[in-house]
Amino acid sequence: MHLDLRTVSITPLRQTFDSIAARIGSDKPASRYQEATLDVQPDANFHYRPLWDPEHDIYDASRTAVKMNDWYAFKDPRQFYYGTYTLARARMQETAEGDFTFVESRGLANNFPTASKDLALKVLLPLRHVEWGANMNNTSMCAYGYGAAITQPCLFNAMDHLGMAQYLTRVGLLLDDVAALDTAKQAWLFDAGWQELRRYVEDTFVMKDWFELFIAQNLVLNGLLYPLVYQHFDSVLSAQAGPVVSMLTRFQHEWYAETSKWVNATLKIALSESIENQQLLSSWTKTYRDRAIIALAPIAALALGDKAEAVMAELVEEFNARAIKFGLTL
Amino acid sequence: MSNVFIIFQTNEDTRNIVEAILQDNDAASVNEQPAMVRIDSPGMLRIRRETVEDKMGRDFDLQELHVNLISLSGNINETDDEFSLSWKH
Repeated sequence: MHLDLRTVSITPLRQTFDSIAARIGSDKPASRYQEATLDVQPDANFHYRPLWDPEHDIYDASRTAVKMNDWYAFKDPRQFYYGTYTLARARMQETAEGDFTFVESRGLANNFPTASKDLALKVLLPLRHVEWGANMNNTSMCAYGYGAAITQPCLFNAMDHLGMAQYLTRVGLLLDDVAALDTAKQAWLFDAGWQELRRYVEDTFVMKDWFELFIAQNLVLNGLLYPLVYQHFDSVLSAQAGPVVSMLTRFQHEWYAETSKWVNATLKIALSESIENQQLLSSWTKTYRDRAIIALAPIAALALGDKAEAVMAELVEEFNARAIKFGLTL
Repeated sequence: MSNVFIIFQTNEDTRNIVEAILQDNDAASVNEQPAMVRIDSPGMLRIRRETVEDKMGRDFDLQELHVNLISLSGNINETDDEFSLSWKH
């Protein structure tokens, strides 16, 4: 008997869903990210306006002064949808858990010099409340934003901040005990040094324009606070007492590097849309940058002592350079 | 000039690599086959780390290519930043 084997190549009739093909062309397969993002949010047949806001539809692009022709022009360079996001974070979390276990099992926290321990607790623990604020703010951007291309990464970002608040709590519990958390909360509520930052965070809670909030929180506050705490303060602590705290805050450090790419890409797209957007975003950035500098100055002084002013100047310069690079005028 | 080629499995990682190759090599042509994708290029084919990282949105080590690599032809020249195939050597 003679058997003839041959390969039959079957070309699929459709490469992706029609709604996706309408955007990217029907000749090529769509990525999972595109399929899980493009046009996911409903945009028609809203029968009733929400009782809590009868001026707007439930999803309404006019909740921000920024205008976009197409809200799906935003693209997350990390291409996060639920699957990739959880995988990426699981990997980072595994490393972080490893670090915590390492510090615990070797008793590194107990041998950590007292002066450095106090300083670390004083600077890091009140930041739990800042992280929680960032969680609230990003959730708000997701709730009032328009288009899954931007609301989706905002919600991921919110969850990240919640996670980082928990990591800071664990740093507190590892270096000290529950009382440290209460002390930090009292400092956050009553210490003069924290009040400007607290005002900044609490003012952002009531912001109506979600894109303005994006600037105030994700670009400006994170853009100055993270390098200050997780680079400069971190190297001060390492120089004093070794890299124990660096290990415990590694998640934040890596997270900031990764998330900045998304923030940069998002703003670049928004401001290249029109000259009005560019001016609006620039003026918001200037306003919040100046406020954030005032808010962070006492924290810098607390963390870095007499080097604070030089470091703040350097950070602001870096921040300006970054903003100008993707197209803001400052 | 004779072609060099490289063949990958079709998946979410290689989609970005293929896009990067097409962007960096004007003469390259794609041949999509069941579960694999073949890229032919006359004389020379470059894979640049930077372009792949742009497409993927994360850091990329060129060694990661080998996870999804099925076959290739050409002499390999490999650095940290670029992986190239050619008939030069």
